[in-house]
Amino acid sequence: MSSPTDSRKFKSINRRELLKLTPVLGLGAFAIPKLQVPLLNAGLGFSDWASAKLFRSGHLAPTFADSDLTPFARFPINDYDVDDPGIDLDKWTLTVTGAVQKPGDYTLAQIQELPKVRQNTRHVCVEGWDVIGRFGGARLADFLKAIGADTTARFVAVECADDYYESLDMAAATHLQTLLCYEMYDQPLTREHGAPLRLQIPTKIGYKQAKYLTHLKVTSVLQRVGYWEDQGYSEFYGL
Amino acid sequence: MNTRAITIEDVKSGEVTQAVYEHPFIIRLCHWVNAVSLFVMVGSGLQIFRAFPSFGAKIPQKDLINWPRSLALGGWLGGALQWHLTFMWIYIATGLLYVGYQVFSGNYKQVLFVRRNIPGLWPMVRHYFLFGPKPPVREAYNPLQKHAYTSAIVLGGLSVLTGVAIWKPVQFSWLAWLMGGFHWARLSHFLIMWALLAFVFGHLVMVVLHGWNNFVSMLTGWKKQPEYRLE
Repeated sequence: MSSPTDSRKFKSINRRELLKLTPVLGLGAFAIPKLQVPLLNAGLGFSDWASAKLFRSGHLAPTFADSDLTPFARFPINDYDVDDPGIDLDKWTLTVTGAVQKPGDYTLAQIQELPKVRQNTRHVCVEGWDVIGRFGGARLADFLKAIGADTTARFVAVECADDYYESLDMAAATHLQTLLCYEMYDQPLTREHGAPLRLQIPTKIGYKQAKYLTHLKVTSVLQRVGYWEDQGYSEFYGL
Repeated sequence: MNTRAITIEDVKSGEVTQAVYEHPFIIRLCHWVNAVSLFVMVGSGLQIFRAFPSFGAKIPQKDLINWPRSLALGGWLGGALQWHLTFMWIYIATGLLYVGYQVFSGNYKQVLFVRRNIPGLWPMVRHYFLFGPKPPVREAYNPLQKHAYTSAIVLGGLSVLTGVAIWKPVQFSWLAWLMGGFHWARLSHFLIMWALLAFVFGHLVMVVLHGWNNFVSMLTGWKKQPEYRLE
């Protein structure tokens, strides 16, 4: 072994090694109230950016056998306000605006003329629970084609009869399993589940799947993102 | 072994002691960043869990445990998700940096639990838990320590994989499927957290028992007067 190091030199080596760790203190920025919000927003934004990169348009969400279905009575009803916003189903129309060739009011019958899709898919709530439901409706992609939507626009934004609102990136909106849903378990949507029309998006978290749709807008600029998103939840939240 | 040992001569007393460089800088950096991020991940994870503290059906919902808000981080579900989805990147990055450094530097050899460490496990367990005789200390990590630290790294990897499966059960549907579906992946994610907490508890107890020089070694890399001697 080489000749001994004297203890003063050893102390200075130790001090230098300890100082190298000072970057760890940078994490303390998360404890400073003024910096915490922008840092967490940046983190959530990065997660959303990565999520959008991970999304594959051609990749389908798993589908399930009828025997895997959660019984209809046990399909949760999560609303933020009321179970029934009191829509007059006979007079209901979906008002379409934005970057489309054929804006206007569309009846449920017009939407039901589009090819009907039925699928058993998993519904995942941000709270952590999940159920497998049976959904029926028209592909949003088909509807967008029917209204002559500019699918180079970035978003499809919807508004609901209960003041809820949501928006979807165009990749999710045109995904094959994204439905304008008017049936659950082969029956017309009940009021608690969003009659007469809701979004059903197996590639997105539950809160994206708005009920009681009344307005649909194709746009590249969002004034607001969504009811929960604008309170701090993930804007993209793809599964 | 790439461990560096030096002898130190005290300037006043002339006493000669040994010091060993046990923890390279990258390992120490990852250790402390990970200590913070694991704390944040567990705290925010428990707050997320509070939104649906069950692993059964939503209807009827049977809560497993009423976890107190004071022992969680983020205040509400949205806030906790912000913490969780921010620190998971830090957690993953330090994990990758740690494992990458260990592999490429060869430093893993001092801590990786391998087959020939198996015979040494029982004597250490007997010493720690059953007041058995203390086996001779020959290197930085004894077989039981190697087992604990190697397990912790495996658990860390599993925590990420189960987390990805419940974050992206569609894009990584094969991963969720491997774990028995979203439901089981969520339960696994939760159980792995407790296993990691059990490790942290044992780790902290041992840090206290092993004293100051041992603790300082994770700050400066150098351990003064180790129990073993390197020639």
